Amino acid sequence: MIALSSTQAESANRVPSSLTQVRVTMKYTFLDYFRSRRFFILLAIVLLISSALTIVIGYYRPPGLLSSDLSFYSSWWGISAVLLTALFGIFFGGDAISGEFQNKTGYFSLSHPVRRSSVYIGKWLAAFLASSIILVVFTAVTLGNGVYYFGLSLPYQFGEAVLFTWFYLVAVLGSTFFFSSLFKTSSYAILVTAVLFLFAFNLIQLLVASFAQLEPWFILTYGSQIIGNVLSTQYPPHVTTVRFGPEGRALTAYNATIPEGLVIIAAYFIVTAILGLVLFERKEFT
Amino acid sequence: MNEPSIQAVGLTKRFGSFTALDSLNLNVEGSKCVGFLGPNGAGKTTTLKLFTDLIRPSSGEALVNGVNVHTRKKKALESVGTLIETPEIYPSLTPREALTMVAETRGVPAAERKKRIEDVVTEVRMDEWVDKRVGKFSKGMKQRINIAAALLSDPRIFLLDEPTTGLDPRGMSEVRDIVKSLKGKQRLIFMSSHLLSEVTDICDEVAMIDHGKLLVYDTLSNVTSRFSGGENIVEVGFLRPLDGGVNGRIASGVPGVTSAERVDDRTLRIRFNGGASTQERLLSNLVGMNLGVISYKPASSALEDVYLNLIKDTK
Repeated sequence: MIALSSTQAESANRVPSSLTQVRVTMKYTFLDYFRSRRFFILLAIVLLISSALTIVIGYYRPPGLLSSDLSFYSSWWGISAVLLTALFGIFFGGDAISGEFQNKTGYFSLSHPVRRSSVYIGKWLAAFLASSIILVVFTAVTLGNGVYYFGLSLPYQFGEAVLFTWFYLVAVLGSTFFFSSLFKTSSYAILVTAVLFLFAFNLIQLLVASFAQLEPWFILTYGSQIIGNVLSTQYPPHVTTVRFGPEGRALTAYNATIPEGLVIIAAYFIVTAILGLVLFERKEFT
Repeated sequence: MNEPSIQAVGLTKRFGSFTALDSLNLNVEGSKCVGFLGPNGAGKTTTLKLFTDLIRPSSGEALVNGVNVHTRKKKALESVGTLIETPEIYPSLTPREALTMVAETRGVPAAERKKRIEDVVTEVRMDEWVDKRVGKFSKGMKQRINIAAALLSDPRIFLLDEPTTGLDPRGMSEVRDIVKSLKGKQRLIFMSSHLLSEVTDICDEVAMIDHGKLLVYDTLSNVTSRFSGGENIVEVGFLRPLDGGVNGRIASGVPGVTSAERVDDRTLRIRFNGGASTQERLLSNLVGMNLGVISYKPASSALEDVYLNLIKDTK
């Protein structure tokens, strides 16, 4: 048995600051993620996509894609980065909070002198770190291929696209943590996150722009367009209207400007982070 | 230093129209073990969850050392070790890592962490498993780690929700020994349990709850005597097999004794009227009879009788 007297124990233990407790939660949640199957599945997906692109481009040498460094990075990064970021959110954020309730790990992590906000933020940071490691791998493979075909001169737009992707990752994880806080069942949280980020947001965005002819400024994926658009030779116009059919019906397409995209992404993060935190603070372990 | 204390003041918890805990007023203070008893759904776990801020009170307050757990959780729980339900640990962590996480969260000094973790792991007999991942552990093994986590920061107060759940008989016995040793170290232990024999064995006081209402809170001997018409029941263990006439000799020859029944050839269940002084006289008489008394404890059946009567009355 531990041989401290009650007085000694009292004086020896000083509950650390909330910031330290955030770091502790982040450290051990990250360790859990790092050893988990989901981390390796995501890594495998990234390596699979990277390998497929490397082989296909190396074998077929598509002239359009290799016509300039910008079109190369646009095709490679612009297409994959948003999808991968959504997968990071689903894999690391989907059950991050709901799992604490469903798996009862919250009884272990929260029945100590620690604020729930410290655990929430620590888990968010762990998810961000785990996602970032995989994103670094994808960035490295992209750069490796880019340097092979176009040498060391990187277009500054690629740097912007990478930065925007990380920024988008922040918002995606903020949103997925919010949805995770809504539910106590992990499968619901993961399903809702997956449906929203893989289908629903894009569908709503398309319907709102095409048929209601409204700018879908309230959809996160609309803001994420800046990741691909910044890699275009010429940044696409904010509004494009195409007329079609005998009656000349108008079909409107919107492209978020860079400031607009950044504001949408930031707003999503801020709003969902606050709501998610409030939900987690109020949710009960029943 | 003040005595450790937990206090419920008008503590109420409603889930929709269902009242799980109804204006609980309870003040437990000092170094002792309090058994918290009640049938399933009585409000035991709800109470313990309120004392750890896992749920919020609908009204009233849960105080630890005078500090409101809901509004000042960090301060309130700084000297509380908890075990609520059977917590799960992140499956890819080892017990050493999980316990280090707890130690860092609770502010156990870095220089002491390693030693303390080794001590508590030894205490719960998990030395061999300390560097294996928790994911493959049985429920009982996880419960041992959870008990180790509660012990780790050497807190003054323990809130334990059925701590022997999931343990094999040896594990249950070991946990009881741990709780007994904590009593010797001037700790306050508030422990829910379904096992009346366990409470009888290790607790000094008992609180009974049903339908969210506190039925009784008193010392074990007071509860058993108060609710059994002033009659106490003790079980006395003997070194040697007893002869046939000993029951009669005790029943007729020792003042206050109303009956002495044989439980087995080395155990008697003795019923008697009176308080502590009668008990003292009874014990000294038994020792004087040279029967080889080796144990003397309140019978769990006495508590069981009280429990069943009280619970029946609230139906």
